[in-house]
Amino acid sequence: MDFSSINPVTLIAMLMVAATPILLAAIGELVVEKAGVLNLGVEGMMITGAVSGFAVAVNTGSPLFGMLAAILAGAAVSFIFAVLTQILMANQVASGLALTLFGLGFSALMGQSYTGIVPPRTPKLDFGPLSDLPVVGRIIFGHDILVYVSILLVAAVWYWLNYTRSGRILRAVGENHDSAHALGYQVKKVRILAIMFGGACAGLGGAYLSLVRVPQWTEGMTAGAGWIALALVVFASWKPWRALLGAYLFGGITVLQLNLQAAGVRIPAEYLAMSPYIITILVLVVMSSNRGRRSLSAPGSLGRSFHAAG
Amino acid sequence: MKPPLLSIKGLTKVYPGVVANSEVTFDIGDGEVHALLGENGAGKSTLVKAIYGLITPNEGVMEWRGVPYAPTAPSEARATGVAMVFQHFSLFDAMDVAENVALGMDNPPPIRELAAKITEVSHNYGLPLDPSRMVGDLSAGERQRVEIIRCLLQNPQLLIMDEPTSVLTPQEVEILFRTLRQLRSEGKSILYISHKLEEIRSLCENATVLRLGKVVGRADPREESARSLAEMMVGQSLHTPSRAPAQPGKLLLEVTDLSVTSPSAFGTSLRDVTFAVRAGEVLGIGGVAGNGQDELLGALSGELRTAPDAIRMAGDPVGATGPTARRALGLLCAPEERLGHAAAPDMSLTENALLTGAYREKLVRNGFIGWSKARDFAEKIILRFDVRTPGAHVAARALSGGNLQKFVIGREIMQRPSVLIVNQPTWGVDASAAAAIRQALLDLAQAGAAVVVISQDLDELMEVADNFAALNGGRLSAPRPVQGLTMDQIGLMLGGAEGGETDAAA
Repeated sequence: MDFSSINPVTLIAMLMVAATPILLAAIGELVVEKAGVLNLGVEGMMITGAVSGFAVAVNTGSPLFGMLAAILAGAAVSFIFAVLTQILMANQVASGLALTLFGLGFSALMGQSYTGIVPPRTPKLDFGPLSDLPVVGRIIFGHDILVYVSILLVAAVWYWLNYTRSGRILRAVGENHDSAHALGYQVKKVRILAIMFGGACAGLGGAYLSLVRVPQWTEGMTAGAGWIALALVVFASWKPWRALLGAYLFGGITVLQLNLQAAGVRIPAEYLAMSPYIITILVLVVMSSNRGRRSLSAPGSLGRSFHAAG
Repeated sequence: MKPPLLSIKGLTKVYPGVVANSEVTFDIGDGEVHALLGENGAGKSTLVKAIYGLITPNEGVMEWRGVPYAPTAPSEARATGVAMVFQHFSLFDAMDVAENVALGMDNPPPIRELAAKITEVSHNYGLPLDPSRMVGDLSAGERQRVEIIRCLLQNPQLLIMDEPTSVLTPQEVEILFRTLRQLRSEGKSILYISHKLEEIRSLCENATVLRLGKVVGRADPREESARSLAEMMVGQSLHTPSRAPAQPGKLLLEVTDLSVTSPSAFGTSLRDVTFAVRAGEVLGIGGVAGNGQDELLGALSGELRTAPDAIRMAGDPVGATGPTARRALGLLCAPEERLGHAAAPDMSLTENALLTGAYREKLVRNGFIGWSKARDFAEKIILRFDVRTPGAHVAARALSGGNLQKFVIGREIMQRPSVLIVNQPTWGVDASAAAAIRQALLDLAQAGAAVVVISQDLDELMEVADNFAALNGGRLSAPRPVQGLTMDQIGLMLGGAEGGETDAAA
């Protein structure tokens, strides 16, 4: 074994890149769940975003247009989910799973002619001499724009949820939709908007995979990132900053696993690949007791359909 | 003449198949406390929802100080000066008091200013409240304060209160009434909905009585007796449950040092609960909601297991046996939550009858259901307890709360229990049906069963129980004979001060 081949600075810089797609998807899903909706279709929305972003970026030559397209595509598929669950009152779990399966199939179909193409490069932000600083240069000033966007998004969502009126209304809708309705808030409207925000974030996360992280298009390339994002929301107990922490932790595990393999550690890679899920299962076990559920502050109306009575 | 504050003229609201309100007309003046009386399903809630802008009436007009008033959303009603305290609180457990108040306002100030205002207003009206506490941790009385403060901060002219006292202790009711009288002296009007007639008589100067959606009477409650008001509500003379003096028989249920940890986060664990019930005796257990009632029912029904010796039935330890085994021994239960606990909402009445009656009524043979027997059993319950339903094939969900309650209680009584535990037996049931249920409980005791009635309705307990004990924070006071017990003593028992000890000291 030779750990000296693992450079901590490179490791941290790499884990930030590895974590960004799941962080984007998770912060979107966090808002959706805070509104009381459980959308299990994150994987489907991510991969739809990945293929749309890739296709538009290749055809226009602009990664920025690609990302915009991914945002729109993610929001559009999530709108299907919103119509199904909020207007037609379909079961959220079944609709979410359907969305994932639909997204995987649809993206495979759309992406057939894009396999093997190299997308236009997304440039790193230019901080001038700052990027050449030792250690911090790589970690803080050495990334592309989306890494910063994702962190800013976490800050914005945290501030919005806790310190603005509309954020408070969204939390109220997720906490007790009957009370929110009685006070005159439009539960369905709030939830539909939240679902579409979640879709947009997941789409962007998907595009980050196909345009920056990999970067190319292969069928099923999200490979469970959407599920990790879902697990992450629970792991973070619906708190934005913890989602950031969790994403970097899970991202770190992914990167570390590659590095450990390179260093010749004899732990089968599958164990490390399993670890985010094992952690999440443990969190879910704690959560399944009512006491734990409350201390983790799960939204009170999570996953329940809202029928206005009277 | 000055027009009244709010004038309702010919208001009609029709739901598919039901006329909730028909030609309702009445006025509320400035500084008036107006009672809206009626049984469940009389259309009181629909009416106030229309005033608060939650629903739009089909016909009729409302006028606010002579100007047409037709709110399409609660925010419009609030802007006009109408505020409402809901029967089922519209609160958010995981948010603090200040946030909850802010959510009920249209233009809330920043949280810090609001918190200061909450502290100030809550003290002015004698309802102290800490704005930074989580609502999930508050008692029912404190939660109601949050609702009231939320309304008062908007400086309303008309305050609507829907069954405000159903979850309060007598002492808390006193505090509330003081606040309401203070509001009236400031010239504000209150529309007060309740079925507790004594309260209405002490608080209101005008009453409108609704029955089946129509106004059937107007009265000055101070001039009427509680009985005459009740008869106006029901439209027939009321039957007061009666019984012969109890002959205490042998010990049927003994509970000794029962301690149970609550399975739910907002629940209350039971601590050293001890009581005994004899054949022919009705034990009433009072207490404000959330003091361990659900846990006590769970422990007695067998849903929560305890040490075998903690619960004995006619001498046999049953603390560790499950509900089915206890039913076989004759211990039956009717829990409070009708839909989801006492009955499966989407199953028919026949299936629901089968759920608890399978063993004692021999409705299942060799693992196969005897459907015709089950149907007969359900139809017997429907007939005997006057359950209003098209038939036994109807889903439990489709019944009104009161009718389902009659079915659920009837189902247990029909199985001839030797010990019956009921939690909130007449919750949401209209006055005549409530009287019928209470009479059935008394008849059961008369026939030699031991009955435990857990209820938050003190009047009910005074009416049916031989002995009274109070649950407070999971502890049960020593049972005392109901005869000679005053409301003050009961209030102390509910508050956790042992009535017995003060007597011994006196």
